Amino acid sequence: MNTLVDLEPVTPAPKDRVVGPPPEPDVLLEVRGLKTHFHVMDGTVPAVDGVDFQLKRGETLGLVGESGCGKSVTSLSIMRLIDIPPGEIVAGEIWFDGREILSMPMSEMRRIRGADMSMIFQEPMTSLNPVFPVGNQIAEAVKAHRNVSSKAATARAVEMLAAVGIASPTKMAKRYPHELSGGMRQRVMIAMALSCDPMLVIADEPTTALDVTIQAQILELIKSMQERTGAALLLITHDLAVVAETVQHMAVMYAGRIVESGTVDDVLLRPQHPYTLGLLNSIPALHKRGRQLDVIKGVVPNPFHMPPGCKFQPRCPYAWDRCKNEEPQLVAIAGREGLSRCFLQDPGAGARRVEFDRAAVGTVSGEAV
Amino acid sequence: MTSRTDGITGAAVVSPAMENEDLEEADVEVALESLNQWQLATRRFLRHRMALVGLTLLAIIVLIAIIGPIVAPYNPIDIPGAKEQGGDPPSLAHIMGTDDAGRDVYTNIVNGAHISLAVGFFSTVIAGIIGVIVGAIAGAAGGLVDNLLMRVVDVTFAVPLLFLILVAAVFFGQGSVLALILVFGLLQWGLIARLVRAQFLSLRESDFVEAARAVGVSESRITFRHILPNALGPVIVVLTLLMASNIVLEAFVSFLNFGVSATDATWGNALSNAQPAMGNGNWWWAFFPGMCIAMTVISINFIGDGLRDALDPRSRL
Repeated sequence: MNTLVDLEPVTPAPKDRVVGPPPEPDVLLEVRGLKTHFHVMDGTVPAVDGVDFQLKRGETLGLVGESGCGKSVTSLSIMRLIDIPPGEIVAGEIWFDGREILSMPMSEMRRIRGADMSMIFQEPMTSLNPVFPVGNQIAEAVKAHRNVSSKAATARAVEMLAAVGIASPTKMAKRYPHELSGGMRQRVMIAMALSCDPMLVIADEPTTALDVTIQAQILELIKSMQERTGAALLLITHDLAVVAETVQHMAVMYAGRIVESGTVDDVLLRPQHPYTLGLLNSIPALHKRGRQLDVIKGVVPNPFHMPPGCKFQPRCPYAWDRCKNEEPQLVAIAGREGLSRCFLQDPGAGARRVEFDRAAVGTVSGEAV
Repeated sequence: MTSRTDGITGAAVVSPAMENEDLEEADVEVALESLNQWQLATRRFLRHRMALVGLTLLAIIVLIAIIGPIVAPYNPIDIPGAKEQGGDPPSLAHIMGTDDAGRDVYTNIVNGAHISLAVGFFSTVIAGIIGVIVGAIAGAAGGLVDNLLMRVVDVTFAVPLLFLILVAAVFFGQGSVLALILVFGLLQWGLIARLVRAQFLSLRESDFVEAARAVGVSESRITFRHILPNALGPVIVVLTLLMASNIVLEAFVSFLNFGVSATDATWGNALSNAQPAMGNGNWWWAFFPGMCIAMTVISINFIGDGLRDALDPRSRL
């Protein structure tokens, strides 16, 4: 960069970081103990406070949680798009394709962004530059990573627009963002994200800003593009329905950490964490007609005053003394793949465990009516 | 298994009919002419009636400023009409009358136009160039650089303009047009710099800049290709308004005899010479140069208004 000043908003990672051993080669993305905090006027917000997960090559993972649980911050941390300050990645490692990316200089990170990992954003209406035709913007992404002529980059843009189901792609490439509908713009964003054949696509609430009929199309498109290109997909959403439709594995986040993970079928049909069960309970369903919707009682904890012990304990109907005194760890669930951060996994849970299992079976079978 | 999917994902069923509908709609849109951003802006501008009026007026004024001196009925240094003490009222021979020295007012105005317009135009260009560069650096770099540059801007605002014009008049010799342009330009870029910086600060956080970052576009490219073009719309509008106000300012300082040398014809000097008109009722001394200034300023303001609408890519006029 030949500018007078350092225009880089994100400070480079310290070079003397000590990191653990790399994960197995079939693991594309591994996040270990990630802590991303924000230093604001009133103190420090631990938006992400110890997140661990793995995504194998070509697999799909849904990261689910309510607003403010840290799922978007997790994805931005992986892309290293967190503004520092006020943000800070306090601890953790992020392994991507055999390399620890938090130790990388920003210039190297920029080579990875868009080429090896790319992102689909929530707001298609504002994520495209209003002063350039959409084709140019896709071509720009291509030219940022491939040593190709403008003509070849534009050809690639048109090809990608066709691939995401945009009719008359040659003409549409010359269109400006304001001339396209929200659904079309999100297709353009998907085309841009996939234009360099990334190994990982992060979709951060890709359908939240779209209306319901378009949501289904866009999800279908993301799924089919993922299958066609073989890229791994990290889907961030608050919508359990979206997860159920789109991905194989899922992780549920609460208050900056993962509380349960496993295959989608396991987590949604055999939930092991009271929070997951609470989420499933609160889904409206036909058989609940006429009844008041179930909600998870209480509110998300104030980030400045996290409750002691388990972060979900004040809202948890199964909590007991131990939950207030001790923070549960993410432990393997007995009898199936997956992890849960709950003392109900302990043999000591006793009758509470039986009660929880009964409630879980009731919820899931109720869902299946 | 199937029932679970239905229960949870009731809405997430893709209907092929919907997809077709979306695509057909797109086809219809494609059938319309596709224009680039400048063509669109031009079209929006040309549909702006006030802006067109302003543009026509300004074009006439600029044309007069350029060819006027050649086709003017009298030589500006001639004193063709010194028949009557205090000047003649408008007549066929002198359509805007003559001044107290018997000079043709119309000839004076025509000859003064290019100086008035040049002061307004070039001082604005200087303010614009410095302002955009400083504002862009401050907004893109942030931190200490931003802080330092903005304090320099504060200093330029703290300097009283009239005082500096007075000093410049003494320093460069009174009546230097170049000095006037430099003083105006060098004291007014702060306004532009603040505007550009504010635009940069908000655009830097915009979703499309983040999206560009996420596909690996370099920071310098983001600054110049993504942020700068988006920041320029409001800047161009403010620059037109600044140009109008600089024309008024030139007239004002010339009126006070701190501006362009009194021997040169400018609109401000014409007004300055017209001061006795308040006493003797020779309205044409002040009316015609005053009208020229007013027409120019109004037409430039109309153009600025039109540009504001035309340069907003979201507006559909």
